[in-house]
Amino acid sequence: MAELHVELVAADRKVWSGEATIVLARTKSGDIGIQPNHTPVLGAMDPQPVTIRQADGTTVVAAVHGGLLSFADNRLSILAEVAELADEIDVDRAERALAAAKADSEAVAQRRAEVRLLAATGR
Amino acid sequence: MGAQLRVYKRRIRSVTATKKITKAMEMISASRIMKAQRAVAASSPYANELTRAVTAVATRSNAKHPLTEEPVGATRAAVLVVTADRGLAGGYSSNAIKATLELTRRLESEGKAVDTYIIGRKGVSYFGFRNLPVAGSWVGFSDKPTYQDAKEAAAALIDAFVTETSAGGVDELHIVSTEFVSMLTQNPVEARLLPLSLAETEANAEEQGPFPLYDFEPSAEGVLDALLPRYVESRIYNALLQSAASEHAARRRAMKSATDNAGELIKSLTRLANTARQAEITQEISEIVGGASALADATAGSD
Repeated sequence: MAELHVELVAADRKVWSGEATIVLARTKSGDIGIQPNHTPVLGAMDPQPVTIRQADGTTVVAAVHGGLLSFADNRLSILAEVAELADEIDVDRAERALAAAKADSEAVAQRRAEVRLLAATGR
Repeated sequence: MGAQLRVYKRRIRSVTATKKITKAMEMISASRIMKAQRAVAASSPYANELTRAVTAVATRSNAKHPLTEEPVGATRAAVLVVTADRGLAGGYSSNAIKATLELTRRLESEGKAVDTYIIGRKGVSYFGFRNLPVAGSWVGFSDKPTYQDAKEAAAALIDAFVTETSAGGVDELHIVSTEFVSMLTQNPVEARLLPLSLAETEANAEEQGPFPLYDFEPSAEGVLDALLPRYVESRIYNALLQSAASEHAARRRAMKSATDNAGELIKSLTRLANTARQAEITQEISEIVGGASALADATAGSD
């Protein structure tokens, strides 16, 4: 099965890199699924978990808070100021952050906590 | 102990204490250089990918965007200078400031008014002492900058950039920072962040071969809108990290020569102290001999 190379990069570190069969992300104009040999695309992303499916059936989920994806020559780069893998996320902390953000009605912080929870727990 | 000798001993003690401090600072800086260099390396994938994407959009699309367009007759420019929070780093901060003043003079000779933005206490105190106007400043993170710090500075600069020139905005964005060449060499460098200088992006494009024809999501303008602020942030972040590494390297070198000088001083003071002690002993001996011979003369006379 054809594969594409994925680089998930945050501002201060490389979060994940490897081969995948399909990557699902949400751009400003809607969800996008990228498979090998997709046409070159450059998109601005909304804060939303990114799902990376690998050839062996395992799935990597990462909370990506905005940023950019660029695909060309079977190489997908996902750039975000802040990005973290689902298993790096502290669910309790994210829930506390969500409650605090809701109380202070801070939209950005609330969305950030929601994305973290979505990536970590799938709900 | 003679007065002279006591003075030397006291100075040796104080120089020894100074040497211990400078030695410790040297070792601390040496270990932090490695850490700072690792941070530069860790941030480079993001910076490279971002630069590549910006270049791709800027060269391949016909999108008109205020952040990429060359303004005709620019009249105002912003200069961001990165200096240290603390001293004892040799010429690190003053070299960056010198480069800034040079750039300011050049921009002014081109007929542009310059707004100065400063990162680092040393720069703030230099401009404050001379009563030079400062448009904005950030302090407290020069030796360990985070992305959040870069973001704050970038937000203010982008804000100034998108404001109309007549309303106090600027047409150009320059940054002066210190490039980390090696442990021994750090150079102040200046770069124009915005508008994107096409020469720079074209040179990049040639290196990496032609760009594919991208589809833009949602549109070329939309991508540029999202991209360029990130680009400015990441350039500033990179400059901060490079400058931090340079600061540590400059401090390590300054502290190494301070330690060496203290060692030299201790050596020559020890020599002087030895001479003083020897002179004291000689004097005591000659006093004893003189006294003894005077006694001997007196007894001989009484016979």
